[in-house]
This record gives sequence, structure tokens and C-alpha cells, in this order.
Amino acid sequence: MPLANHKSSVPVIVDEDKCIADKGCRVCIEVCPLDVLWINEETGKAHMKYDECWYCMPCEADCPTDAVKVNIPYLLS
Amino acid sequence: MQIQDIPVIDTDVLVIGGGTAGPMAAVTVKEQDPNLRVILLEKANVKRSGAISMGMDGLNNAVVPGHATPEQYVREITIANDGIVHQPAIMAYAQRSFPMIEKLDSWGVHFQKDETGDYDMKKVHHLGTYVLPMPEGHNVKKILYRRLRRVRVEIENRYQATRLLKDAEGRIAGMVGVNTRTGEPIIIRAKAVIMATGAAGRIGLPTSGYLFGTYENPANSGDGHAMAYHVGADLANLECFQINPLIKDYNGPACAYVTGPLGGYTTNAAGERFIECDYWSGQMMLEFFKELESGSGPVFLKLDHLAEETIQEIETVLHTNERPSRGRFHDGRQTNYRQKMVEMHISEVGFCSGHSASGVWTDETGATTVPGLYGAGDMASVAHSYMLGAFVYGQICGENAAAFARDRAEPQLDEAYIAAELARIRAPLARTDGIPPEQMEYKVRRLVNDYLQPPKVTRKMEIGLERILAVREDVDKLVARDPHELLRALEVQSIIDCAEMAARASLYRTESRWGLYHYRVDFPEQDNAEWFYHSRLFKDANGNMAHGKRPIADYVVELGEEKDAYNRLRVKKAANG
Repeated sequence: MPLANHKSSVPVIVDEDKCIADKGCRVCIEVCPLDVLWINEETGKAHMKYDECWYCMPCEADCPTDAVKVNIPYLLS
Repeated sequence: MQIQDIPVIDTDVLVIGGGTAGPMAAVTVKEQDPNLRVILLEKANVKRSGAISMGMDGLNNAVVPGHATPEQYVREITIANDGIVHQPAIMAYAQRSFPMIEKLDSWGVHFQKDETGDYDMKKVHHLGTYVLPMPEGHNVKKILYRRLRRVRVEIENRYQATRLLKDAEGRIAGMVGVNTRTGEPIIIRAKAVIMATGAAGRIGLPTSGYLFGTYENPANSGDGHAMAYHVGADLANLECFQINPLIKDYNGPACAYVTGPLGGYTTNAAGERFIECDYWSGQMMLEFFKELESGSGPVFLKLDHLAEETIQEIETVLHTNERPSRGRFHDGRQTNYRQKMVEMHISEVGFCSGHSASGVWTDETGATTVPGLYGAGDMASVAHSYMLGAFVYGQICGENAAAFARDRAEPQLDEAYIAAELARIRAPLARTDGIPPEQMEYKVRRLVNDYLQPPKVTRKMEIGLERILAVREDVDKLVARDPHELLRALEVQSIIDCAEMAARASLYRTESRWGLYHYRVDFPEQDNAEWFYHSRLFKDANGNMAHGKRPIADYVVELGEEKDAYNRLRVKKAANG
């Protein structure tokens, strides 16, 4: 069966002005229990690549520059 | 040694899972003997993994001298679990409960104390007093991580274990797994293995339909239950599902354990109490379910009658611990505890001994039925064990696995089995066309909801099993486009195993027990003559899923006159009321 690209609005938002992933920071990526935060190859900043979020908040709590915001996923908000 | 160009890593003790029980087990092995090699393998990152990634707001089963005795605790849990418990294992927990609290206290975990410095115990259970608040419990993981570093446990993050290995004599020999970011396989030879893989929390589908909006940390996808099954270990009482009362849609605990001692309680739509006790038991859940389905439903958590400073205290605890995004969820719906009751619902089904009693069979030494394989925490079968039970059984398993490993020579590996497992791991990455893991997962979990969720009906469960087996036929069509999707593709295979186990175990026990957890409409009565047993589920010599009964070990504590207390949880109304 051919595969389609499935779009969804993701709950974790990274403020690219504050994010220092391009300087080597990996804190949010390291702590995510679901491994859904990855480097955006275009910007060098962290972003939510997979919509598989437990809205648990280590990414936001541990970010050294307060760049990460966890929202409640749309389906259950 | 190498197998298919993959270097085999050797260790004395392997711990799989770095949440709660796993770190305690790994530290304990090193405390027993610093010369033993210990690897702690974790699917996420030990710093923030498992059920307590953001900490915990209290101990739900603390047996503290002066407030409760181990005998009282064993009696209460036996009654709450309708008699089907392995009492020697509950007693081993109860006796170590207080020493473990003191150990954690000495490590820097803060428990609430009263003005005299005594532990500030609260009553939530039906009979005894076992709840100890931890308003500053958000840093438990940090404290565990520091201990792991101090005793020099080797940590391997971002590795998923996929199958356990055993030697020709049937003893444990190690594990095969895969890196979740690179897709590279890992082979570990171990003299003893401790599984601490958490609940099977991704079997059922939350009512929101969001696959990862589960009660349990969704990383806990039942990999441990599946691996234990495939290596030949017994699983016990899987039909005793975990079903919890939660905040609707948010799917986190409403936390009557936190709010109850401060005056909050569970009500129906009219704001009236309908249950005597908020402690999570199958009997309580059945009353909750009946109220939810009735004309006076749905069910709410009521706080709007409390004083302003009490509400602020509740907000501080609940919005900074365990599931801190809860405050945001309430804000989004303009739910202010001062004005509005919080709508509640029941969770999806799962296997979790932390709150109910299903899991991989383990005895009072933490041993499974496979020599050298131990289990602790939510995946093992010790009933109602919660976080403190995970710590205690992590410690017990650490001690016994260390002793087992110390006397053992290097295990022999079954290279043909490993080769087959490496092929199974890699298969979804090799396909370019097929079914993505997300779709297959949605399908099997939706079937679990439709056919296996209580009230359980025999014919429905038979159809459900048939449909789940049909999904299993599609596994060789799974396609993964990157290592992350491979992680999900391997998880969905564990989920299918767990769904089949849930169906077969539920069909096997032809009675009703544990309130809602195993409420069979066509076998509505409890049948002690036939079913006062643990149910066993295991892989037989032909590779088929088989069942059996395990006798209940002699009680070490008699139940006495309170034995029916959990069957009287509904609030009685006056005849003229």
C-alpha cells in the first residue's frame, strides 16, 4: 500500500531565538522519554519531529534558556 | 566474541529499564559487590525516564511504625485484591517498606513530616493509614541519578531490549536489542538479568484517541511482558486489568490521594459522595463505573468547597509534581478548582502491578520462573506495589541477582536464535512499502477497547482475539522509514503480544473478580471453588500460548472479620433519603 504524508499540529514549541541547540545544546533532546525532539537540519535548532507526546515536561523544565513550551496535545486539550 | 560482526558485550548483571526499580536494582548490585559489572539499559534516558520522570507526590503504601504494621498492610492488600495475592511477597515488601523510606530519606528525598519530626501519615485506604505525602518529590530522578554515578553503574541510554536469551539449561543468558536512534543492534551476555520495564500501558486506547495520551508513560509499551513471555517465563493474573479513575481526556490521576486528606473527594454530578474510600481497587472502580454510566453520572473530583489556602496548597503539589502539565490542561478549559468540579473518567486498560496485580510472575525473592531472571516494579506480579514497591523489589532483585551472578560461569549463547532475532529487528527497515507502525498500533489498540474492555463478554472477547490475531498476520508488512519508526514498529509487536495475552487470560478465568478489572457479564459471580488461584499464562513447548492455575501460597496473615470490607464501598443511603 502506498504511504501518505500525515500532517498534525504538535504540542511542543521551541522558541528559535532562545534555543541554543546550534551551539551544541542537546538537553531537551536528551531528556525526552519518547525521543520525539530532534535537530531541525535546516535551522540547527531543536524541534518536535514526531507527534508522540506525553506532555510530561522534562524538555521544558530542563531547558537552560526557557526556549521550550509544552502545550496540551490538540486532541485532548 | 562477535555474532554477525556485532561485538558481544559481557556483564555480570544486566538491568533493563532505568525508571524507578531499575536504578535501585543497579545501585544495590554495586552495594553488594563493587567488583560486579552492572549495565543499566534504558530505552529513553535514565535522567528522565519511566513513571516518575517528573517525580512523585507521595508514597501510597508506606508501612511506618506507630501508624501501621506489616501484618495490617498485608491484610489490607489481600482484601483489596480479593484474596488472590502471594502474601509472602507482600510481606517481604511490607517489612522493607520503612527501611527503604529511611534509605531514600538519607539520600535526600523529602517526605512530609509533622511538627515533631515524625512522618506525616495520611489515611486514604479503607482500613489503615499508609499515605505519606512528598510535596517536594519532583527531584526523585535526580537523586537516583546521582547514586548511579556515585557507584559507577554503566548506563546505556536509548537502547530498546527486544528479546531475552537463555542457555541450553534454560537459565538466562543475556539480551538482544537495538539503538533507537541509529538502528544498530546490541547483544549483551549476562549472568543475571533484572527486568524493570514498567507497566504495559499502551494496550488500550485512551478515549481522546491520542495514542500517546495514556495514563502510563507511553514508553512503557509492554516490551518486558512480551520478552518474558518469549523467553518462557510465567505471567500471572493478566486478566486483572489496570483501570484507573482519571481526569477525563488529560488522563492523569485526579489525585484523590493528595486531595483526600485535605478535604477533596470523588462525587457524582450532584456533588454527592458515592464511594466510601478513594483508594484504587477493582471494587472501587466498579462503583465508579456504575456511577459514570448512571443517571447521576458522570463523576467529578470536588474541591470547590475548600478554603483558599487549601486550594493553593493542592495546586502547588499537583501542578509541580508527577504530571505538572495538569495546570495547563485545566487553564485551557477554564477549570478553576475554586468554582468548578473536575470531570473524571476511567483509563484505558493495561497490565500494571503497581496499581492492580497483573504481570510477570515473581516471588518474594523477585525471581521469575526462569533461573537468573528477576523482575521488579510495575511489570512484576506483586500486587499494589506503587513506587515504594518498585524501590523495595529493585533492592531485593539487586541482592539476589548479585548472588546468582557471582557463582556462575559465562553463559553459552544460542547463535541461531540471535541471528533470527537480528533479522526480525531489521525487517521493517528493509521494506519500502507496507503498513506504518502508527496505523497498526491504532488498529490493535482500538480492538482492545472495543472487545476486551470491561464489562467483559465471552463472545465479544472471542471475536476480539480473532481480530487481534488477524493484525498479527500483518506484522510482516510493517515498514519503518527511520530508526525512530523502527522503535515504534518493534513496540507494536510487543503491544500485539500483550493484546493477545489480555484476551486469552480474560477468557481463561470463567468467573468475575477484582470488581471492574475482571467483570465478566456472563460469569457474574466470584467462584472460589474453581478460581481461588493465580492464573498462569506461558509459552508451551510447541510455542503456543498456554494457561494453568498456580495455587495460592499459605497466608502468613489471616484476614479476620474485615475480610469483606472492600465489598462495601458504596455509600449507603438512608431508606427515607
